This record gives sequence, structure tokens and C-alpha cells, in this order.
Amino acid sequence: MNLLIKNGHVINPDSGMDKVLDILIVDGRIEKIDVNIDESTADKTIDAGNMIVAPGFVDAHAHLREPGNERAETIESGCKSAMNGGFTTVTAMPNTNPCMDNAAIVSLVREKAHRAGYAKVCPVGAVSKGRAGQELAAIGEMVHEGIVAVSDDGSPVATAELMKKALEYCQLFGIPVMEHAEEPTLTRGAVINEGFMSTKLGLKGMPTVAEDIIVSRDIILNRYVKGWLHISHLSSEYSLDMVRRAKGRGEHVTTEVTPHHLFFNDKALENFDTNFVMKPPIRIEADRLSMIEGIKDGTIDCIATDHAPHPHEYKNCEIDICAFGIIGFETAIPAILSMLYHQHDVPLKRIVECMSTNPAKIIGIKDDRLRVGAKADMTIFSTDREIVIDPEKFKSRSRNTPFRGLKLKGAPEYAIRGTRVVKCEVGNDV
Amino acid sequence: MSIKHKNLLGIEPLEKVEIEQILDGAKIFKELCAGNNKKFPALRGKLILNLFMENSTRTRSSFEIAEKRLGADILNFSASASSLTKGESFYDTIKTLESMEPQIVVMRHSSPGSAKFLADNIDASVANAGDGPHEHPTQALLDAFTIREKMGTLTGLKIVIAGDIAHSRVTRSNIFLLTKMGNDVVLSGPATLIPREIEGLNVRVETDFDKAIEDADVVMMLRIQKERQKESFFPSLEEFNMLYGLSRERLKRLKENSIVMHPGPINRGVEINSEVADGKRSVILRQVSNGISIRMAVLYLLAGGKINELTH
Repeated sequence: MNLLIKNGHVINPDSGMDKVLDILIVDGRIEKIDVNIDESTADKTIDAGNMIVAPGFVDAHAHLREPGNERAETIESGCKSAMNGGFTTVTAMPNTNPCMDNAAIVSLVREKAHRAGYAKVCPVGAVSKGRAGQELAAIGEMVHEGIVAVSDDGSPVATAELMKKALEYCQLFGIPVMEHAEEPTLTRGAVINEGFMSTKLGLKGMPTVAEDIIVSRDIILNRYVKGWLHISHLSSEYSLDMVRRAKGRGEHVTTEVTPHHLFFNDKALENFDTNFVMKPPIRIEADRLSMIEGIKDGTIDCIATDHAPHPHEYKNCEIDICAFGIIGFETAIPAILSMLYHQHDVPLKRIVECMSTNPAKIIGIKDDRLRVGAKADMTIFSTDREIVIDPEKFKSRSRNTPFRGLKLKGAPEYAIRGTRVVKCEVGNDV
Repeated sequence: MSIKHKNLLGIEPLEKVEIEQILDGAKIFKELCAGNNKKFPALRGKLILNLFMENSTRTRSSFEIAEKRLGADILNFSASASSLTKGESFYDTIKTLESMEPQIVVMRHSSPGSAKFLADNIDASVANAGDGPHEHPTQALLDAFTIREKMGTLTGLKIVIAGDIAHSRVTRSNIFLLTKMGNDVVLSGPATLIPREIEGLNVRVETDFDKAIEDADVVMMLRIQKERQKESFFPSLEEFNMLYGLSRERLKRLKENSIVMHPGPINRGVEINSEVADGKRSVILRQVSNGISIRMAVLYLLAGGKINELTH
């Protein structure tokens, strides 16, 4: 099968490519990248005029829920959802049931992803056995089966001692320890960000200091052991500043932010909508704006969705018992283009770095993926197409999104991985 | 006069004039019920469902009396709040109740926002009788009614609300109401029980109770739940009483005609001492009786009644 992508604006930060080009894909491999490739060589042509073609988007933080919670998502539905949203590679966080703390589950997840044949899945193993925060999980064995990082996500690494050991131990494998930064004694029973909104609504709040304390602890430990610390879903301005200073000192600290922390502030909670409940909570406007600054100045390495599917009844309930988290694959590109590109003038190259090449490097994909000879792996999106987000078009099994019905500017068009070509559909044209 | 709201979920969405309408309505009901005939069957044939997912003796009794005086049919439905994995979900409870076709549901629940959730999922009007520490509008209305009755005004007063500001369902509704009406609202209590940034609701915070009550017109004491001590919000009930208990000595710092309020049930010797609770400044029992008139007015208005059609 010869697939020709015609007239796309190719942006590839890895090679510096930034111009309108044609790309010919033959049997799932890039055969040719050139200014004008003859259409007669193609069985199928995608007209990518007015579209951006980038190396496939990578989500460094996602929950695929299998094994254990297949009602919310399966690896297959998650991988379809990812590609429908424009991601060709996603991680799978280990807080499954049973927990991904051993090689057998890692191999099961990879096998299921392979069989599904949509997005590539890079599993993240647990730091501790059962994510219980006591003993190290079988990290080496899991690396052997293909994990790209470790994390006790859903919870922080329980103790400073365990975190120190994890940062030390993972150096052998060159993988990051991904931290869910939340000091649990400060967030017990809490629902939203602590501040004026939590006070007004009578909800228990999670203070930013709960995040700051763990980020601070981990940066101190990481500086000491010279490991690789990756802070997941950063949300507090103070934490961002600690990461900025650690990077300034040359320490190996990377971080990510979610589209929802870039898009919303906690005023959104006004109506007690459970689709705005997640960890960390959406913060105040000053925190949100600081995250956008962090994208601009390079402190934040990547944008990760924290895709967290839940069955309907886990959100259609009282706010103080609802499940934390929202789905993110299928709204990330419209949200990011609307907020960062259109509203805050973040250059497209920077957005592609944050959603593709930077997260790729964090999860161990080192090669330039948009080059002749490489397996096709690319995301095609429009910057100016206006859509109204329609979750009924989503491929995820879950619908827990706060973006439903929002009019956004920018949309994923195609996700291509090998011979798999997905036409993305996440909303209705305005 | 009638109100444009289908539900009474809180004080926050109400305008000043609407609050006054409810208070005026309650005044008429109070007068109507002053004689021997306490029945005013404006809600005859209508079903009011009292959904109490959390214990409440006084609010529930008060609503029941109001409903009976208005001649409504009453169904009391008790359920305990569920978790995600145990018991019937709140949504399913609501849908079950909806099929009983009530006109009004009076609801008490431990979760903030649960009254809105109920209103979003049912055709009936909803009267919030307390959604966790969020709002308890009829309590604030009966407090306002009592203040207006005793002080002759509901504006320009210095009103101190003291004690467990963080967990009280009474605080927020009272803050919304009393600030809307133009009063100086001062909150007092240990800093551990005062939620962050509450000054944003146009109130002042004074953790020194003795300073707070200086020249106060109204002091509203909140109930301290004894389990808060185990959570270390303060070291002991005795120490709480020493720092924040309303005693005879402290009463002297208030203005001459000031009043002392408490939503009940009171803890004697914790937030309020016996000689104050039983003293002549105390309007605690009047609050209880005024609660019935307020709830009659609220139910009457929610059922579409017009205040000016009430005859003396």
C-alpha cells in the first residue's frame, strides 16, 4: 500500500524540518520526503494542505485500566482512543488490578497492545510491590519486558527512603522515576484545590503545599543520588519554580503538565461538576498561568494527558465520593491548540516538542521518527478547524470529560502508525 | 409577590429582595398561626418528600410541622449516604423518588453540592435542608428573621459568628445572607477551624474572640462537634471553652441590646455556658419556633404561592 501525504506543513523538531512537503509511505515505512511527489505513485492520498504533519504524538502519562477495570477502558479501546485523539504512542500506568509490579503483567499489557494494533503502548512499572510503598518491585525484570519508567502513580512513592533507593536503582537502566507528588496527610478526604473555592463550596481542599512538599523532597534526594526524577502532572507554581531551579543547577529533573491544568482554573468547580475533579486538582488562575509560562520557558518538558477513564456511575454521584480523574486522549490536541497556540502564542514547534519529541525521549524513544526509512509514525492536525467536542465520537469506553460541548480551535486529523491509518473524529464542525 | 426560583438550593443565588420576600412571607405565616387555628392548607393534595440522608431531628421536625400546617401530604424517606461500592447510589435513590411524583423534596445530605445534584436529576422542586458544610438556607433565613424581629433591622449590624466555621453548614448560608443585607460579619474561632481565604466572602476574621465580640450586636455561636477534638483542631473542650466559650463575663463586652444565637443543639460548657444559654439575651428557642414560619413561607413560595394572596 502506497500512501501519499500531500502538501502538509511538516514540523519535526528533531531534524529541524519546518516546511510544506509531501511524504510517501510504502507498506508502513517512510519511503520518501520531498517537495513534490507524483500522486500517480500512490494508492491513496491524504490532502494535508493547511494541516501540520509532526512525528507521532506521545502521551507520557495515561491509564489504560486493563487488567482489572475493563468497564472503564481496555488496552484495545484505550489504544483506539489514543489514535483517535492523535497519539501514536502512550504509556500505561501501573495502578491496574492486579498492579503492574511484575514482568508477567508488563508482558500481558504489551501483548494485548500488539494484538490490538493501534497506538504503541509503553508500560510504566510500579516502584514498589503492590504500590504499597514498602519494597522495590521487580524493576529489572520489568525493564527486560519493556517498561520505560517506574511510578507508584495514584500515590506518591511512600517514603523518602524508598524514593532514594528507586532513584539510585533506576540509574542502571537509564529510566526515570515518575512521581505523583502528593503528601497524603494533607489531602485526606479532600476533593478540590484548597483555597477560596473549596471554602465557598464547603469542600475539603488539597493544598498546593501537599504537592510542593513531595516535589521538594524528591528534588533534594535526586540531587543527592544524581538520578533521574520525572515529576508527573505538575500543577503548583511553587513546584514549577523548584523544578526550574533544579534544572538551572544542571540536575536531571523532567516534568509534564496536563491539558486540563493548562486550560481550567478552579472557578470551574462552581457547579460541583465531578468532571473537574482530579488529582492534582485544577488550581487557581495564577498556577494555571505559571504552567503556560513553564511551557514557554522550557521548564516543562512535555504535555501529558493523565487519561483516566471511569465508568459513568463513578462520576454521576456526589462530588465528595466521585472517582478522581478525566479522560484526555481525545481532547488534548484541540485544548492545547486553543489555549497555547491561539490564546498564548506558543509556537507550533514548541507544541510539537511538548507533545511528541520530548515525551518520546523521556520514555526512551531516541531516534528521529520522521525520516526516510523509519516506520511511519506521525500525527496530522489542523490548527484552524473549529470543532465542538462531542464525546459520543470518542473511542474510549468512558466519557468523563469536562470538555464536552466546548468549542475549540484546532483538531487532530490523522494518526498514522505503520500501516494503521486512523481518521480522527472528536467533535462536530462549527 | 412570588419567587422566580424553582428550588431553594442556597442563599447565594438569591437576591436581597427575594430574601426580604421570604422573611415577609414568614412574618405573615407567623401571625396567621398565632391564633388557635394553625392550619393554612395551601398545599393540600401536594406531596412533599422529606429525604434525610443524614440525621437531623430539629430541621426535619420543623419542616414536618410546616408541611402539616400547609396541609401537604408527607412522606419521610430516610436513607444513609452511600459510597461508590456500597448501597444504592444517590442517583438511583433520586430516580426512585421521582417516580413517586412529589411536588417538593426537602433534602439533607452530608455532601456539598448534593442538593444541586438532586435538583438536576428530578422534576420536583428542591428545598435544601443542608448539603454538608455547603449551605443550609432555611437556617440562615430563620436566623435573619429572628435578628430582624429582635433588633428591628437587618442591616448595619455587627454580627459575630464563632466556633467551628469550617465544618458548619450554618456558616456559609449566614455569611451570604448577612453580607447581602449589609451587615459587618466577623468570624471567630481557632485558625484550625477557619477555612482559607474566607475573607473573600466579604467577612472579617478575628481569631481573638474577646476582640471579635467587642461592640457586637449579635453573637451567633456554632456547635462544636466533639469528634473535632480527636482530629486535633483544638487540644481540649475545656481549652476551647476558655478561648471561645460564650460566658457571662464575655457577654458584658457586647452592646446593651445585643442578642445571643445558636442553631442548636447546644453543648453547654463548650461553646456556650448555661447562664448565657438560659439568660435573657438568648434567642435560641425563638429561633426554633421561627423556623416553622420560615419553612412554611419557603414551601409555599416553592409551590408557586404568592405572598400577597395570603389573607390575614
